[in-house]
Amino acid sequence: MYIKQLSVFIENKAGRLAEALKVLSDNGIDISALSIADTSEFGILRMIVSDPALAKEKLFESGVIVKTTEVMGIVLEDKPGSLANVVALLADNGIVVEYAYAFLGCDKEKALVVISVDNQEGAVEILKNSGVTTINPSDIYRV
Amino acid sequence: MERYYQESIETASYEQIKKWQSERLVKTINHVYENNKYYRNLMDEKGITPDDIKGVEDLHKLPFLTKDDLRKAYPYGLMSKPLSECVRIQSTSGTTGKRVVAFYTQHDIDLWEECCARAIVAAGGTKDDVCQVCYGYGLFTGGPGLNGGSHKVGCLTLPMSSGNTDRQLQFMTDLEATILCCTPSYAAYLAESIHEAGIRDQIKLKAGIFGAEAWTEEMRHDIEEKLGIKAYDIYGLTEICGPGVAFECSAQAGMHINEDHFIAEIINPETGEVLPEGEKGELVFTCITKEAFPVIRYRTKDICVLTREKCSCGRTLIKMAKPMGRSDDMMIIRGVNVFPSQIEEVLLKVSGGDLTPNYQIIVDRVNNTDTLDINVEMSNNIFSDDIKTIQAIEKKIVEKLRSVLGIGAKVHLVNPKTIERSEGKAKRVIDNRKLV
Repeated sequence: MYIKQLSVFIENKAGRLAEALKVLSDNGIDISALSIADTSEFGILRMIVSDPALAKEKLFESGVIVKTTEVMGIVLEDKPGSLANVVALLADNGIVVEYAYAFLGCDKEKALVVISVDNQEGAVEILKNSGVTTINPSDIYRV
Repeated sequence: MERYYQESIETASYEQIKKWQSERLVKTINHVYENNKYYRNLMDEKGITPDDIKGVEDLHKLPFLTKDDLRKAYPYGLMSKPLSECVRIQSTSGTTGKRVVAFYTQHDIDLWEECCARAIVAAGGTKDDVCQVCYGYGLFTGGPGLNGGSHKVGCLTLPMSSGNTDRQLQFMTDLEATILCCTPSYAAYLAESIHEAGIRDQIKLKAGIFGAEAWTEEMRHDIEEKLGIKAYDIYGLTEICGPGVAFECSAQAGMHINEDHFIAEIINPETGEVLPEGEKGELVFTCITKEAFPVIRYRTKDICVLTREKCSCGRTLIKMAKPMGRSDDMMIIRGVNVFPSQIEEVLLKVSGGDLTPNYQIIVDRVNNTDTLDINVEMSNNIFSDDIKTIQAIEKKIVEKLRSVLGIGAKVHLVNPKTIERSEGKAKRVIDNRKLV
């Protein structure tokens, strides 16, 4: 149900993102999806990768600050309005979306969305009852 | 049960201490007047003769000596014994200008090492201890001073000098060192390295004697917790002898000054007026037992308070509070006096010890206004996937800094291990202001 996401602290300085990504490439870790949140002072790199445990271990060893967080992943029809409907559904139930990022999977008809909310259990329940498909973790790590 | 290196001195009555001080001061003034042209000229200029100095109560009549005076007298101007009787020099780092060179006769070295021995015993040291000295050896007084003190106590002494952290840890574990002597910033670095290497259970340290730079109570707690030791402060400066001018006891509340060797005064740094006990001002020292380089009324630029209160350790030697910082370390930013130690205190307090004591202060001037930027290393305990949480910590640091310092600062969170680690004195401040 939940997907393990890596959150990495990125100092606002040229080369810091490259350093973190190099650790992954050196260890043969594939990135399925990523997003970077930036503030004026620092950034947070969020990623879904092929082997979250190994990636975390290798990043930590190389001195990178990294945490694993659990997020939801949902599968949508790749057509106008799909995401809007889901977000409206959550909003109607008082659930706040903290951040989200979308990407295309192997199935060209489908869009995949990683979504972090303030009430994860509540959101899962609502989506399930509304027939929204959530992503199977083992599927997404291999995208 | 408190132990002393020289109990009859360390617990002497106030009257006895005064008596020693008066006798020795008179003797020292006669000595420098007779044997040193620089002092003789200085006293002649002021119209003072050795006969005017009958005891400690006359000390205030003598002129002050500043670091500039010592620099002007470089190299041999203040040597007060013939070269044939001097056996050693030590020297300041010279980072703030020309070096200061201090001379020692064998007698001077002995009394200095005795002072350091008092510090080691006050920290619980005995001849059964293994004392690892990782202060620099050579011109710097840290290594030689504690090394000599350790010998006097009879500890097995490991003369490691600074640096080469892997070797430090290897000797610390293999030889089961029980006392660690180094700068507090290096102690923090060693603690971090021990934690990373996962060898905490092989560490047998029980006490640390840390000095040569300003550090805070928060940093003390941090080091004590990480190394499982009691951390004691030690104070000194090359101009007086080196470490051991004052040392902390089991009470860990202020440092006892070895006042049978050094008379301490607190003065108003602006006017030079001597202040009563308990008032904050600049610390001034007079050496009363040294032969080759006995500085008289030397202005340390250290700002602190003296108190002669009954100490739970039984020592009667007057106590000095931890200096807020050397006025050399003090920065004037937008007209406000700022000590690096104040910034360190805020960082450690706000984070509840989750931030490392590794930080860097960068001062610059942009459009005629001073800027204060502080780089702090991000830590695993503070990092969160939630941006708001991190920003809240940043904001708290900025607010606390504003209330403590009275000026605004920018805080930058940087990657761990990117702030240079120091093996000697930490370089905390980078001042890029070019004032012409």
